[in-house]
Amino acid sequence: MSGTHKVSMTVNGKTVTGNVEGRTLLVQFLREHLQLTGTHVGCDTSQCGCCTVHLNGNGVKSCAVLALACEDANVVTIEGLANGDKLHPMQEAFREHHGLQCGYCTPGMIMSAVDMVNRNGFELDEKTVRKHLEGNICRCTGYHNIVLAVQAGAAAMKNS
Amino acid sequence: MYDFDYYKPASVAEAARLLAAGDSKLLAGGMSLIPSLKMRLNRYSALVDLGAVLDIKGIRRDGNFLVIGAMTPHAVVAASAEVRKILPAIASLAEGIGDPLVRNRGTMGGSMANADPAADYPSAILGLGATVVTHLRQIAGDDFFKGVFETALQAGEIIKEVHFPIPQKAAYTKYRQPASRFALVGVFVSKSADGVRVAVTGAAPSVFRFTAAEAALAKRFDPAALDGITIKPDDLNSDIHASAEYRAHCVVEITRRAVLAAQ
Repeated sequence: MSGTHKVSMTVNGKTVTGNVEGRTLLVQFLREHLQLTGTHVGCDTSQCGCCTVHLNGNGVKSCAVLALACEDANVVTIEGLANGDKLHPMQEAFREHHGLQCGYCTPGMIMSAVDMVNRNGFELDEKTVRKHLEGNICRCTGYHNIVLAVQAGAAAMKNS
Repeated sequence: MYDFDYYKPASVAEAARLLAAGDSKLLAGGMSLIPSLKMRLNRYSALVDLGAVLDIKGIRRDGNFLVIGAMTPHAVVAASAEVRKILPAIASLAEGIGDPLVRNRGTMGGSMANADPAADYPSAILGLGATVVTHLRQIAGDDFFKGVFETALQAGEIIKEVHFPIPQKAAYTKYRQPASRFALVGVFVSKSADGVRVAVTGAAPSVFRFTAAEAALAKRFDPAALDGITIKPDDLNSDIHASAEYRAHCVVEITRRAVLAAQ
């Protein structure tokens, strides 16, 4: 069975297929096969969360998931959040509250933040936000504006 | 990462058959296995993914036991109304593993089979006297963990579920290594009709029962019962995060806090 194998999944609402090796990671499939480079690789040791995507509705680190394990799965990446030119409320909140500096961790932060809202609802206190962001590391801003952005984005999602 | 063949069987029987061929390894959530493969710490001819074996995923009550399927993700255990009601210490343990993204993917069975010396679930297996059910046999929790990343599982043996007896009181308290979220010292305490169990993870090469504390707490289940109880640092871990002496101090102190939390 060595060599490459066909894999099919739904990414951002579209059915996609590709040929991957057993060892191909989901993040490699997204970035290198589908050219969806919004999903970043920060640490590559499954700690920083830059590569966070939604897999069947759950936030996961796509650098620690095999592409072949996602056969028939539903994947949403940062590219799948906006509605055309209109940013998703969580993206808009990060822009509005300047929840980023260099921006490298931002796609993962936003995907994790949306997962947080899906699990904990629209009203998030600071403690909940900080606890849920344990798996996302930012090396620039010190999290203050990220927390503000997540809280504002969560509230905005309620009204969207 | 070295390349490998990949299989995704739909049943335990098929997984066992695939595992028997070559140098194959089971893949559960992959939260430890995939990073270790990326660092080329291990090399396998094939990975056998249990992700499609649905009958070993889920939570149920069976008489006086909480039964958790091996492929149940930590986030599902943490959020389960059933677990929160009948064995909240397990829900709180699951909620403290790794981070939310890891909990969405990582599984109880994967954590057990990996047997990281600082993993959380092993303390619950020993701390409750649980029974591990594999596709071949039942293994007493006390006999399951054998050392650093070493268990009683035979080659090709697959964990199906764990039966946790429901105690009168229980709590898990973890003092975290702040960067990794692993336990510097984690203590699972339970009190049931059969007595008191105190299981310690993170402090030694393998999870162990703190028998001196168990004896003291059996007489009086109160933090004060631990006054004067100590543990020798000789067999405890010493690393850049904590010396063996510091861990020895933490074992008693975290046990105290776990007993308080279980009141």
